[in-house]
Amino acid sequence: MNIIEVRNVTKEYSSHTALDNVSISIPKGCIFGLLGPNGAGKTSLIRIINQITGPDSGEVLFDGVPLNSNHISRIGYLPEERGLYKKMKVGEQLLYLAQLKGLSQKEAMEKLKSWFIKFDIKTWWDKTIGDLSKGMQQKVQFVSTVLHEPDLIILDEPFSGFDPINANLIRDEILELKQKGSTIIFSTHRMETVEELCDHIALIHKSHKVLDGAKREIKEQFKTHTYFVEYKGHLDELDPIYQILDQKILEDGYLRSNIHLDGEANSNALLLNLLSKVEIRAFGENIPTMSDIFMKAVNEVPEA
Amino acid sequence: MRNIFLVIRREYLVRVKKKSFLVMTVLGPLLFVAFYGTVFWAAVSSVDIKTVQVLDESGLFRNKFKDSETLKFELTDKSIDSAKAAFPNSDANALVYIPANVIKSPKSVRIYAAKNVSLELKSEIEKVIEKEIEDIKLAEAGITHKILEDSRVNVNSETISLSEEGEKTSSSGAATVIGGICAFLIYMSVFIYGTQVMRGITEEKTSRIVEVIISSVKPFQLMLGKIIGVALVGLTQFVLWILLTTALTSATSAIIASKMSKESAQMAQEMKKAQMPNQNIPGGNVDNPVAEVLGAVSSLNIPLIIGCFLFYYLGGYLLYSALFGAVGAAVDNDADTQQFMLPITLPIIFSFVFAQFVLRDPDGTLAFWTSIIPFTSPIIMMVRIPFGVPAWEIALSMVLLILGFMGTTWVAARIYRVGILMYGKKVSYKELVKWIFYK
Repeated sequence: MNIIEVRNVTKEYSSHTALDNVSISIPKGCIFGLLGPNGAGKTSLIRIINQITGPDSGEVLFDGVPLNSNHISRIGYLPEERGLYKKMKVGEQLLYLAQLKGLSQKEAMEKLKSWFIKFDIKTWWDKTIGDLSKGMQQKVQFVSTVLHEPDLIILDEPFSGFDPINANLIRDEILELKQKGSTIIFSTHRMETVEELCDHIALIHKSHKVLDGAKREIKEQFKTHTYFVEYKGHLDELDPIYQILDQKILEDGYLRSNIHLDGEANSNALLLNLLSKVEIRAFGENIPTMSDIFMKAVNEVPEA
Repeated sequence: MRNIFLVIRREYLVRVKKKSFLVMTVLGPLLFVAFYGTVFWAAVSSVDIKTVQVLDESGLFRNKFKDSETLKFELTDKSIDSAKAAFPNSDANALVYIPANVIKSPKSVRIYAAKNVSLELKSEIEKVIEKEIEDIKLAEAGITHKILEDSRVNVNSETISLSEEGEKTSSSGAATVIGGICAFLIYMSVFIYGTQVMRGITEEKTSRIVEVIISSVKPFQLMLGKIIGVALVGLTQFVLWILLTTALTSATSAIIASKMSKESAQMAQEMKKAQMPNQNIPGGNVDNPVAEVLGAVSSLNIPLIIGCFLFYYLGGYLLYSALFGAVGAAVDNDADTQQFMLPITLPIIFSFVFAQFVLRDPDGTLAFWTSIIPFTSPIIMMVRIPFGVPAWEIALSMVLLILGFMGTTWVAARIYRVGILMYGKKVSYKELVKWIFYK
């Protein structure tokens, strides 16, 4: 079951096309990475899902139903450009934002209390936002995003501006929210975050979706059938089942080579082959990183 | 609807809780009363008496200069040269020299003073001399003092406004004052509260909270909520001002009235004594100025004026604040607002300038058209209403004003929804127009 189905969405601005016939499915309960270089159209897509703007053509389904104003309270949104009313008090502000998301004042109060205890920020209630540090403001904003327990949480670069300790705190909260059944959309450039947290990804580049699916499958798809080996001895460059791509001498005298495996042979066959020739210290498959995949997918797209 | 209410409540509470709101609420009526009190005080308390020496060579003015509250006349028989020489050492403020041939050459009258003489004193002296010469010339022509006395009448006309309800004494003085005050208040409030809307929107935009808010609230609701919230702040301020001012003025006028009743009785007697010969006030009663003002005000249709004031305040404010809001949405910070402010502030300032002319001619062509056109009508119509305006004109002007603010709100909403998400870009008029017609 998908919580969000983007179907053939096109969005044009006067000077450029932000999204061109983009279709993306976001399964329920996953952490979904929305990737793409700057200006690819990620923010436009997020704004459409948030109903800040509408698509020129195509449609977006939320839980199988076309997006409508009832869904607003089921979405939590943390924009990349953070912002709160600088002169308003923390407590008042969070109450206001929660009420705009449809909570009653009483519900909002109760939920806020537990978050204030959880983040150990009880003393902040009567402070003005402008008096808090940037990291503290971010925390407040995070609380405002998830306070109404939305089914879908959209986080645009959620870790920017946090120190490692607080970033960890937020990361744990995100995982906990996932445990509780929320779906999370990450929009980010930080591939290590994607590597660590995301289950699914979609890559948007130049207004087009160039890639999407489960992270595991995508990695499979981008496998290059290359292996690395660290060894002592001599390997011929050519062999019936493999081909040595490069070779370099390590500081301790060992050699490290990347080897491409040809045809149907599997890693065991390669290993057996190598064992007879050299002394092996390390061996493994080169699994593409998200960063590799990102670069590859982006560079493959022909210039529009 | 719930959301728009939440927005209104936030906008309202944030502003009403501010210290500056409290200060303005208290200070406004205090300043008003202080001003009003000072004027009355100045009028009531005696000014220092000026002494004027009169050197009358013609001998015609021996008993003609009457001492008043502020002037004391002393006759002197010295020659002009010795009088001039003695003048610096005397405590007189001015020396009037009337030569013997004053009847033939009235221009030879001279006033000497250490400093420049006030216009008031000059005209007072000239009036006495002119009148006397006139009398003498008339007498030479055979018209006796008796005929002159009888022919002198004192016209103090009452203006009567004719309407279906019958005759009603009206006071164009009170109408002018009320009209002027209303126009000024609307002028000020459109500026003050319109700018507040603009600032609020720019603040939301620069602090980037707008993106969070409009993921919960439609941009139009946010804009309207802000406009209505600020309008209510304005209304609250007015209501508090009216209440406080009423309380303060009634207290102040009670104090002044008790002080006045003593002095005015004294004054009235002096005046009677001094002006007996040619005093011709019917019934001889001296009016109480406070009662006169109150009477004049009560001759106006106060409920209509208050009703219209609230309508035109709201209408004018809504019309302009929508435009101010559009400017706030189009720019990135307060400093950039300047370039778009002019077309908005010009009609407001023009209305206020026109108001001065309309006060003099409340039924003229300029008055008619400017009170019908929505951009000037909030100020101009309020100037005209105390003078009485045909119902159809008010109705037409109100309908057009409603259409007008619906129009500006529509335009503003179109600019707003694009503008609030547009960062770091200097916007031109051309671009704004594009936004309006943007699908």
